[in-house]
Amino acid sequence: MQVNFFQYVYHSLYCMFYSVLDFNDPFSTEVKPRILLMGLRRSGKSSIQKVVFHKMSPNETLFLESTNKICREEVSNSSFVNFQIWDFPGQIDFFDPTFDYEMIFRGTGALIFVIDSQDDYMEALARLHLTVTRAYKVNPDINFEIFIHKVDGLSDDHKIETQRDIHQRTNDDLADAGLEKIHLSFYLTSIYDHSIFEAFSKVVQKLIPQLPTLENLLNIFISNSGIEKAFLFDVVSKIYIATDSTPVDMQTYELCCDMIDVVIDISCIYGLKDDGAGTPYDKESTAIIKLNNTTVLYLKEVTKFLALVCFVREESFERKGLIDYNFHCFRKAIHEVFEVRMKVVKSRKHQNQMQKIKRATPNGTPRVPL
Amino acid sequence: MPSTAMKKKVLLMGKSGSGKTSMRSIIFANYIARDTRRLGATIDVEHSHVRFLGNLVLNLWDCGGQDTFMENYFTSQRDNIFRNVEVLIYVFDVESRELEKDMHYYQSCLEAILQNSPDAKIFCLVHKMDLVQEDQRDLIFKEREEDLRRLSRPLECACFRTSIWDETLYKAWSSIVYQLIPNVQQLEMNLRNFAQIIEADEVLLFERATFLVISHYQCKEQRDIHRFEKISNIIKQFKLSCSKLAASFQSMEVRNSNFAAFIDIFTSNTYVMVVMSDPSIRPTKGPQRLDLANSVPRSPSVDTQRGTRDSTTSEKPAKMIERPLTTSYGSVPMPRECGKK
Ligand SMILES: Nc1nc2c(ncn2[C@@H]2O[C@H](COP(=O)(O)OP(=O)(O)OP(=O)(O)O)[C@@H](O)[C@H]2O)c(=O)[nH]1
Ligand SMILES: Nc1nc2c(ncn2[C@@H]2O[C@H](COP(=O)(O)OP(=O)(O)OP(=O)(O)O)[C@@H](O)[C@H]2O)c(=O)[nH]1
Ligand SMILES: [Mg+2]
Ligand SMILES: [Mg+2]
Repeated sequence: MQVNFFQYVYHSLYCMFYSVLDFNDPFSTEVKPRILLMGLRRSGKSSIQKVVFHKMSPNETLFLESTNKICREEVSNSSFVNFQIWDFPGQIDFFDPTFDYEMIFRGTGALIFVIDSQDDYMEALARLHLTVTRAYKVNPDINFEIFIHKVDGLSDDHKIETQRDIHQRTNDDLADAGLEKIHLSFYLTSIYDHSIFEAFSKVVQKLIPQLPTLENLLNIFISNSGIEKAFLFDVVSKIYIATDSTPVDMQTYELCCDMIDVVIDISCIYGLKDDGAGTPYDKESTAIIKLNNTTVLYLKEVTKFLALVCFVREESFERKGLIDYNFHCFRKAIHEVFEVRMKVVKSRKHQNQMQKIKRATPNGTPRVPL
Repeated sequence: MPSTAMKKKVLLMGKSGSGKTSMRSIIFANYIARDTRRLGATIDVEHSHVRFLGNLVLNLWDCGGQDTFMENYFTSQRDNIFRNVEVLIYVFDVESRELEKDMHYYQSCLEAILQNSPDAKIFCLVHKMDLVQEDQRDLIFKEREEDLRRLSRPLECACFRTSIWDETLYKAWSSIVYQLIPNVQQLEMNLRNFAQIIEADEVLLFERATFLVISHYQCKEQRDIHRFEKISNIIKQFKLSCSKLAASFQSMEVRNSNFAAFIDIFTSNTYVMVVMSDPSIRPTKGPQRLDLANSVPRSPSVDTQRGTRDSTTSEKPAKMIERPLTTSYGSVPMPRECGKK
């Protein structure tokens, strides 16, 4: 079992190495994939950004002021979550000559369009159509992610109905314009529960070229360790970078998020040095929570920013030694991947400066439009 | 209810909308802060019996604060309301624009208490502090506290700043229930022995349903003076998330390179948390544990065996969002967990 796992790890490393090399845009090494937050005024763009990346509590967003110019922010806290978020003002004018939308869309990985579902959304849909078609013309590789937001105010039936209605209308509009090839993804979100983190996780995952490799690593890890489900989390944002290929159930994901909160909060209280130095989340960070339904939640540090959270049956957790051993291999693999990636990025930078080689497009690996 | 149960009457008073029903629903009925937006005004008095630590029963009188009800409390219902009161909790909305009227009602309350239950303990909660700008909070609270102390004479009152949106609510309520726990000194002594034997940095004892800290012992200086209420809040939130999966947590272990903390079911009504600064050590759960367990008040019908469920503090999932919306004059469905009479 363990031998298999090891072999697999090295195979994965090998694949990862190549998938990293497969980046084919020689100009983009220094540019981080860009995620745009667009939508009408007060639709909730800044709130989303603050809640997901700044741990702002949802009720505090009531005091946020309207955004009046584009706010860029780097999210470069881990090796895998590495991007820029641009929070837009509600009203941008595509015809304003100072607004260089071509330049903006060219470097964009994902465009999140936020629609306030508690409000009349006809104007939002018109705006969405305009934005998407413009962006697509400039850069057809953008992922279009539509957040049907503030659904905390809607009943379950109403949510489904709203999503169906918005889906239908936007796609009809695109079809009328002869642009049915544009693909839109829809999410029901609210900052008052975990749906916003889950949606953001999916948006980010699409931008991680190594995702398939990470998923495979996780699959092998759990099947060899008797684990039911495992998530690789970015601790700060609670975005999950990857999970194994068993289906994700929202409640399981929520419980993982809540566990991370508990672990970080308790560590902030007791886990710093006497003078307040140190970090709550460090190399030795680990947590075990036993539930009364024979489930054990197991959290372990993977990198400075990433944590693995596993669901294990009580009887499997008796073989904690095996789990820990396999985890050790898994962790090592992630670390080596990270180092390989850093090296590659560095050497690519170097190469680019020396010569601008046009590489042939390799096949088979998903990549980010940087 | 066993006849040995010790009942304590607790009055919750304050003007309409000040947040009385909200706070009791969060502390005793597994509401999350957001759910309270759906609460309607309380009509007359809502009684609830909350079993606490086995044989202590808090008899909460949540008195609707609309003017017509208030007038009634001071006139026709006066004796009924203010007799045998153990604790009076008066809730002030910090943003209220009718300070004078609030104070007038408060003083009427004190008068009635002085006549009918002169030994009652009085707590004033300056509530909804989240609505005040952060840098103003200290100042405003100090002012209010001084006013309230002065107006309360000759009675003593303890003032707390609270908000349902942070841990301050737990601090206030821990202090309130602390007043009500019988033989609490015995409990504290045993907790100290226990902590010293296992060489813990800190030991906390929580009531199991509310996660209020009912006792603690500290051997080592800790940085964070608000940690007890923070931990109550943290663990209670986690307990609620578990209940969404129809589960509850039994134990928890959290460490990093500087500490290890263990939370476990202790008696049928309590959880214990042990904090060690040497993370390589595991606490022993030997016979010392029983010594402490024996001092925790409990009803004779409930044994101390680990994991025994207490029937009144049930761990039913709190799906409050599914409750019907009520208009502000409609009657409020009692939060399920404390609605039993
Ligand atoms: N009910 C509910 N309200 C939300 C949610 N997200 C944001 N809001 C509220 O929506 C209002 C507007 O939020 P902002 O984040 O400032 O909106 P914005 O899109 O950045 O607005 P502009 O900067 O003016 O374009 C705030 O009062 C938020 O509290 C949500 O999920 N549910
Ligand atoms: N911002 C804020 N709102 C609060 C707080 N506590 C309660 N509220 C809100 O205040 C409103 C009224 O709360 P209730 O608990 O129903 O008030 P009440 O004192 O029981 O009112 P009556 O039953 O009429 O006497 C609800 O919408 C709560 O969400 C708080 O700490 N901060
Ligand atoms: Mg904004
Ligand atoms: Mg009420």
